[in-house]
Amino acid sequence: MIRERYVNAALLAGLLAVPLYALLVDEPFTITLATRAVILALAAVGLNIALGWGGLVSFGHAAFFGIGGYSMGILAFHAQNFMPLDLGFMVFDGTKSMPVIWLVAIITSALAAFLIGLLSLRTSGVYFIMITLAFAQMFYYFAISWSRYGGEDGISIYIRNDFPGLNTLVPIQFFGICFAALVLALWLNARLVASPFGLALNAARQVPVRVQTVGLDPTRLKLVAFVISGAITGLAGALFADLNRFVSPSMFSWHLSGELIVLIILGGVGRLMGPVLGAVLFVALEHFLGGLTTHWHIALGAILLGVVLFARGGVIGLLCGPKGQS
Amino acid sequence: MSTILIIEQVLNGLQSGVMLFLMAAGLTLIFGVMGLINLAHGSLYMVGAFAAAAVAGVTGSFLLAVLAALAAAAAAGVLVETLVIRRLYAADHLDQVLATFALILIFSEGTRLIFGSFPLYLDIPSWLSGPVTLPGGIQYPLYRLALIGVGLVVAMLLWALIERTRIGIQIRAGENDREMIAALGVDISKLYTLVFALGAALAGLAGALVGAIQSVQVGMGEPVLILAFVTIVIGGIGSIKGAFVGAILVGLTQTLGSVFLPVLFRLFLDPATAMSLGASLANMAVYILMSLVLIFRPTGLMGARA
Repeated sequence: MIRERYVNAALLAGLLAVPLYALLVDEPFTITLATRAVILALAAVGLNIALGWGGLVSFGHAAFFGIGGYSMGILAFHAQNFMPLDLGFMVFDGTKSMPVIWLVAIITSALAAFLIGLLSLRTSGVYFIMITLAFAQMFYYFAISWSRYGGEDGISIYIRNDFPGLNTLVPIQFFGICFAALVLALWLNARLVASPFGLALNAARQVPVRVQTVGLDPTRLKLVAFVISGAITGLAGALFADLNRFVSPSMFSWHLSGELIVLIILGGVGRLMGPVLGAVLFVALEHFLGGLTTHWHIALGAILLGVVLFARGGVIGLLCGPKGQS
Repeated sequence: MSTILIIEQVLNGLQSGVMLFLMAAGLTLIFGVMGLINLAHGSLYMVGAFAAAAVAGVTGSFLLAVLAALAAAAAAGVLVETLVIRRLYAADHLDQVLATFALILIFSEGTRLIFGSFPLYLDIPSWLSGPVTLPGGIQYPLYRLALIGVGLVVAMLLWALIERTRIGIQIRAGENDREMIAALGVDISKLYTLVFALGAALAGLAGALVGAIQSVQVGMGEPVLILAFVTIVIGGIGSIKGAFVGAILVGLTQTLGSVFLPVLFRLFLDPATAMSLGASLANMAVYILMSLVLIFRPTGLMGARA
């Protein structure tokens, strides 16, 4: 456990040091790359709460990522085109303010996670994997046909949204915002796991019957975890959309859900920093192998295979040993 | 809306349903017997299609192409099973997902390395091309009709294999109790390799047959893989009969939905909205069907276990 703490601290320090170094030697692209890794890590941290601690293998977290993305896309679209958004009961100008966008992203994705979780938690195992996929696919096809917001082409936002007191167009400042969000999510994750709720959730994953006998409802525990998980991934979606200044239905695609799962398994399932390490490794491999050969997917596949066959418990497991009593 | 169009579309739905069954049958067998989630099943479909296109390009014979597809997919299946998959049976489902995802990457990129990024084309042989006239004066492509026939024959053979042969008994016993049949002297690892090769060959066959009506390209297995998973989940994982029912349901829902939903919406919406709404709902229809099935029957139509 102590060793894991050192590895975690070193990882966060490294994640902060790379863009700062890039700033020093004036390589803005590296900062953007690091920002991408941080945002993917945030999305995977969200998924890890459901998957790692709740044992809920969601193959549909792209739904929340996409909802976060479209929250940003729709609000900024109305603001940049000066087309008020008529909600029926009120008319809203849209907004370019990040905090408001995040709030909307978090609330809408939490709401979606509540509804999807309520229905999906009737099933378990492989059936749960597939029903979550089904819901994400429904969002995907809905987004494709939603011609008001670009349909298949998505929405382009010309200028990155604002954050009070910062200039978000400067790569390092936007990185700082994303990094802060990640640290906050990790803190929340750590607090959650150590709390009575986290202990009960852990128990509900392992032996639901015993949790039931002490008077707790395992399904309700899992539902709460699923909602928190979806909300965090939704926030990551809003940030991702702001990074690219672009939203498209591909944010809802099953490839993305699969990629988030892969990030977590690569890093280490149910380990606090597992998703972060997974995301950093994935983005780094994508960048460096992609620079070496156009057929880098073969090398990536071989590395992933190696991790599964020889490093059970992901790379964190390899570095720090198997998961301790937590 | 004429009856002829409806019958035509029902036949199209059946055709895509039976092809889906070839994929789903292997997937559900592999899951039922070995407890393995095999995301790389779509890659075997792709291997079959590419092998068929390559052999047809050289020899010009469609039958040889189909045989090559069966052989190549089965060989790829045996290779992958002995090198990688065998080590995953005892592993967590999540590890299986990551490993078979890695296999997809290797297969797709490897195929691109050998055949390049451009799609290949596999021609329908002359003796199967052209329309036939069905009773009632309906003109229908002979090739698609042949696909329905092949699919039904394979389904029947598979049923006979599972229910009526010694290997079938071993497969069914393997689904119920692995340790017990190993204790009875059945070489379980040979049985697993055989089941995996059988599933792979079925996927390869589907790839070759469908490859002749679509283009053969890298990544062609992925949408089919997702649909095949949807199919076995609707039918109940591990059940061949369930896979058949699921495949026909999915095939019909998808085909009929994409043709008739836009028409239906045109009754009360303007044409452009009806078109786009209908098309998107048609794409969603399969997933809506699956979630309804799972909400009311959490282990699928014919599944016994979670």
